[in-house]
Order: sequence, then C-alpha cells, then structure tokens
Amino acid sequence: MKTKIFKQNPIYKRQNVLFGILSLTLLVLFSGVSSCTTDETQTVVNFKTITMQDEFDEDGAPNSSIWTYDIGGNGWGNNELQYYTDRSQNVTVQNGYLIITAEKENFEGASYTSARLLTKGLFEQKYGRFEARIKLPWGQGLWPAFWLLGSDIDEVDWPYCGEIDIMENRGQEPTLINGTIHGPGYSGGESITKPYRLMNDRFDTDFHIFGIEWGPEYINFYVDDVLYNQITPKDLPTSAFPEYICDGLSVSECSDRKQRWNKWSFDQPFFIIINLAVGGNYVGSPNAETVFPQTMLVDYVRVYQADFINN
Amino acid sequence: MKMKNIKFMYSKTAFLLGLVFITMVSCERDPSNQLEFATYPSNGEIFIDGFSGGLDYYPFGDSYFEAFSVDSQTFFKGSSSMRFDVPNVGDPNGAYAGAIFRVDSGRDLSGFDALTFWAKGTRGGLINEIGFGQDFFENKYQVSMSLQLTTNWRKYTIPIPDPAKLIQERGMFWYAEGPENGEGYTFWIDELQFEKLGTIAQPQPAILFGEDKSEIAFTGVDIQLSGLTQTFNLESGNNVTVFAAPSYFNFKSSNEDIAFVNEAGIVSVVGEGTTKITASLGGVLAKGSLELTSRGGFDLAPVPTRDPSKVISIYSDTYTNVPVDFFNGFWEPFQTTQSSEFAIGGNNMINYTNFNFVGNQFANPTVDATQKSNVHINMYIPNSVPANIDFLITLVDFGDDQADGGGDDTRQQVFFDKALFVADTWITLEFPITMANKNNMGLIIYENINGSSLSNFYLDNIYFYED
Repeated sequence: MKTKIFKQNPIYKRQNVLFGILSLTLLVLFSGVSSCTTDETQTVVNFKTITMQDEFDEDGAPNSSIWTYDIGGNGWGNNELQYYTDRSQNVTVQNGYLIITAEKENFEGASYTSARLLTKGLFEQKYGRFEARIKLPWGQGLWPAFWLLGSDIDEVDWPYCGEIDIMENRGQEPTLINGTIHGPGYSGGESITKPYRLMNDRFDTDFHIFGIEWGPEYINFYVDDVLYNQITPKDLPTSAFPEYICDGLSVSECSDRKQRWNKWSFDQPFFIIINLAVGGNYVGSPNAETVFPQTMLVDYVRVYQADFINN
Repeated sequence: MKMKNIKFMYSKTAFLLGLVFITMVSCERDPSNQLEFATYPSNGEIFIDGFSGGLDYYPFGDSYFEAFSVDSQTFFKGSSSMRFDVPNVGDPNGAYAGAIFRVDSGRDLSGFDALTFWAKGTRGGLINEIGFGQDFFENKYQVSMSLQLTTNWRKYTIPIPDPAKLIQERGMFWYAEGPENGEGYTFWIDELQFEKLGTIAQPQPAILFGEDKSEIAFTGVDIQLSGLTQTFNLESGNNVTVFAAPSYFNFKSSNEDIAFVNEAGIVSVVGEGTTKITASLGGVLAKGSLELTSRGGFDLAPVPTRDPSKVISIYSDTYTNVPVDFFNGFWEPFQTTQSSEFAIGGNNMINYTNFNFVGNQFANPTVDATQKSNVHINMYIPNSVPANIDFLITLVDFGDDQADGGGDDTRQQVFFDKALFVADTWITLEFPITMANKNNMGLIIYENINGSSLSNFYLDNIYFYED
C-alpha cells in the first residue's frame, strides 16, 4: 500500500493523542510518554478538546441543532436503491443509540427506505479527530458509511471539495471496512483507500470505533485503537489533467480546476454524514438472503479539535 | 406395505458425570464449593496429519468398507490427508461411501463455532451429507449439509448450530456420498478440526424450512417436525445452512393441553382445540411454525372383514399390501394435492389436502385383478361436504407393457351419487370393476370434476376383492 502503517501506542487507546514530527513529513510514534521529549522544531498535535459530541441520550428524533437530513431517492450518484426519509421508522434515537433502519418497502418509487444524516451548515470543522462508535448492519447490498465532505461542495463541486470516508462497509464483507479519501484526480475508482480487516471478529456483532485524526497534510485512519493507515499529500497521484473536464466551463473555472488537480483538498472545514445505503455501484443489490429490516446503531459521534501545542 | 410411524425417545442420559462431594454439615442443600463437574477434553483437532487420540472409524453397514484411507501422496498441508474412494454404481462391495469418526469418551466442543477442513475431489462432486454429531448412539446433536467440491483445495466451514450444547460430543465427523452420475471418484479432506472462527454470526434458525403451516390433527396423532435448520452468515458474506438435530432446539406449544413437543421434535396431540408450535435455537426464535387444530378423537375406518384370500390390498392395516410406487405422484404442473400419512393407535391412513387430483400407483409389478370383481375404499371428509362435490375415480390397467402410457392402457371411470358423501364419518365406496382388461392394473386416480371443491379428505382400506 501507499504508506507505512504504524500501530498506535496502546497506552493511549482512544485518548486521541498523537505525536508527530510533521515538519519533516516523517511520522514518529514514541513508545511511551516518559520517552517523549518534545523537540522545539516539531509540531505536536493533541486531540483532547471536544468540539461536538452527540451521545444520543435523548429518545426521539436526533438533535436538530446537530443533524439535518438528505431526503430522496435519486440514487445519490451511485445508483443506490433506497429512498432516504426522516421518518422515525428510518431514523430515531432510542435507548442511547441513533438507529438508522433500512426497510424493504415500496416508497415514492423506490423499493427500500433508509436515512442519511448530515451536519452540513450545523457543524463543520477543519482538522481534528472525528470518531463514532457504530454497530454495522449485515447482508449483501447494505452499504453503511460514516464520512465527511468538504463544506465548499456547493461552490467548487465534488470531488474538488474533498471527501474523507472514515468508514464504509459492504454488508457482504462483515469483517472488512474501508477508509478512503476522494479529491480531484483521485475520486471514485481512483480514490486512495485501504481496507481494514478484523481478525476472528465481525463489524455486525458488536460496536467498533471508527475514527480519523486529521491535521495539516495528513489523515490517520483508526479502527478501535488500531492506526491502520495514514494518507499524506505524498500519496496523491500525478496524472495529467483530462481536458474534457473543462467542457462547458468558463476560463476561470477551468483554470481553477486545473490548479486543484491532484492537490490535497483537506485544508478546509468538512461536515459529517452518516447513512445506510441499499444497493448501488459500490456494493451491488441485495439478494434473496438479505434480511430486512437492517439497522445501523450509532452509540456516539465525537469530534475533537486539533490542538497545536507548539504553535 | 404401509410405512410405520417411527417413534424414538431419547433416554435420559446425564450430561455431566461429576465427582460431587457433599458435606453434610447442616441442612445446607446447595452443592458444596468442593463440587467439580467433570469436563471433557477440549481438543478440536480430528485429522491434521493423522488421527488425534481416541478417534475411531466406523463405516456405515451397507457402505463400501474400503472407502477411507490415509493418503501420504496427496495432502493440503503437512504429510498426509484423509482419502475417500466413492465406489461406482452397483459396486458389489457397497454402493456408496460413508462413515462416522467417533471418540469414545467425548470432547467438550463448546468453545468452538465450526468444523473446518480443506477438501478437493477428482471431480466437482456434491457430497450428499457431511457433518458431525452422529455417534451411532442417540445422534443427539447431529449436523449435516451437502457440500459442493472443486478439483482444487478449498476450505470449508460447517457451523455448529449452538456450541453450548456440545459439552460431551462423541461424533467428530461423518459423511455419506454416492457416485456422481453413476461413477465413483475420490475426494480428500485435510486439516479437519473444530475451530473458533469468531466470524460466524447472525443465526437464522428455522423449523418446517421456515414455513408457517396449519394442519388438522386428532388426539393420539404424533407428528415429527421436519425441516430443522440453522443458518449462519460466514466471513465470506455467504450464508451456510445446516440440518440440525431436534435437540438443538427448544420447542414450545402455546397450549400443552392440546399438543406438546418432546426434545426429539415429535408433536403429540393430546386434546381438542388449537395450538401453535414454535421453536428457538440458542435463544433465537426459529422461523416457521405449525398451527395445529385438533378435532379431538378420530374415528378409525371400519376394520375390513373380508377373507384375505379374496383380497388384493393396496393400502390397509388388515391385509398384506402389494408394493406401491406412490400414494401421490405430484403430477406437474396442474396437481395441487398435498398428502401426508399418519397413524392413530397404529392405524395408518392417508390425508389429502389442497386436493384437485391425485393418484396411487402400484405398477412394479402391476396387479392382476382378473379374479377380483370389485373395489373397496373408505373415505372420511372432515367438517362438511362441499355442495358442489363431484368425485371421480379412474382405474387404469397398464396393458401388456405393464407401464403407464404406451398406447395399451385402458381405463374405467366411476362416478358417484352426491348423496353418498357424508361429513365426519367413514363412508364406504364399493363398485364393480367393469373394464375388459384388468390383469395389469397399475393406477387409481381420484379427482374433482365439474368445479367440485372437495379439498381435504382421508382414505383407508383401498383394495380389490372378489365378491
């Protein structure tokens, strides 16, 4: 794969503490707190200050000061089969969990319903630790995801806004999740991605914590206390700009896109999306063995800011 | 010949043979803290490069005894594998391969979740049955499935329906496989062991293959619940379904005064009314149910009194019956009739439901009814006789070719007066055989005609007789 993998020091577990020497674009993990002497030239990042947190402790509809919804059944660019609603049978908070339920039902011309929550316009942040504790659904054709989109999507369009998929899963791969970034020149099938496999365990039988720690010029991907991937600008492709992209665009729009091509698109605020899709290009359609309804349970979503200690 | 209802009960064997020390100090009745239950070895290995300790091999009595060998030429890993030579069709030494592999003292398999192994065949044979839990004793926790081989080594997983049950299991492995398209072949199994995979999840147990069924029953009837399965989702994302012995399930009857279920999955009807039979496995409710409506005591058909020497019997408990090919031909695509055979107090009868037409064939050999002048049939219609009843019986003589069709068949149709049919009692249908050729009788067909809506009835005592 594209980057070296570092195992997070188990002492820190989910304490979201990561020491790095970013000025050298070389990540060094110290094996213990006592052995860590901070060099004056390094930038040390702490993820200790919570900036947003939803523990889903209040039954009913999700907190409307944090979450809004995408509604509809247009396939969402992936030929997804579900119609997203904000009805309580598709999205509700009960007993301390956000419950997103995919139902098999005919609704507004779709064969399935589900829900997609987002914090767009309500909570957006640049850098930090984004994490959620989730128990996934299972079965062919289910596609749960916890991901971020650049807040400038409405101005610059996708994938120029950047996309960070903290976790997405194919229901037919119960032991695998993928962490991925999309941006100009590296989106869709050319995205930069890495799977993480649970050994002797599955993602649909218990909760797991999916997180990223994101700072200038790096994104670290975690499952539980395991750092399984780091993506930096060094991982970006160097492909030529396809001129057809400028078809129908103004000169300034065209030059803007050229400038962004193959560039790091992760230095602006992002918002959070949590959804459970049914079918679509990524996962394929459900089959006769897929059991409905399926639920995605979210225990909490927490976001920490990136505290730059030496800045 | 009628099939006999097979009844079996599990003896009450104790699971745990423990050394129990009871210290009589006071009126304390709880086991003392010195109590230790005996535990059995938790070794999961069966065959890695040789048999693990205490394992024996017992072929099925009518199988090819030489089918199994240890092969040190072909193996997946290590130095040897288990080799199985499936014989050709008609092999005088045994027409199929099959055996159990048993440990005599039992093992504690409760810490595992699957039997796994690597296998390949000289052809992509479909092993008819493969699993574990068969021990030639009670087969209490027997598991089986069919398994499609490939000609390359592949790993296979047979999940344990509920590991908590297997604290003293003797049946480590069993299989039964016949020829493929008449031809024998060879397959190998290696690295055979119980494993804790941790990736076997989402149990979906079922009874009656997951169907919700309704049946009419009568006091004294025993019904064996079938279609008992457990399905798991594997790491591959694929579901695997195994047949699981009744003892893995907890059965429940909503009204035990009407029927109860024992741990062998046999429903015993004991009263009149309606009850619903459901089950769970490992705490998960099984898909499928049986709603039984018991009408209480059932009148048995009158016992025939004719001289056996003057009777050729197709179906009765009184006479020796001729060989019957089937009591329901399931003729596609138009036949809807379902059938079941059951016994009350040792008296067998056939029940046809969702009836439109059905046949009883007895052509191997055909029946020479030259000396017989009449046909006798007892019939019971429960509840009520439909007003539009129009019931036709057709006798078919298969002619010299003694086979259905072939241009030499002859038929006799028998129509009945509506007034003959009375509900909730055994009626007797007797009629003369008037057809010219009756020396190769092979088939009796029953059918609704002219829109008749007769749906449910019982038959007994079907025979030809000499008046």
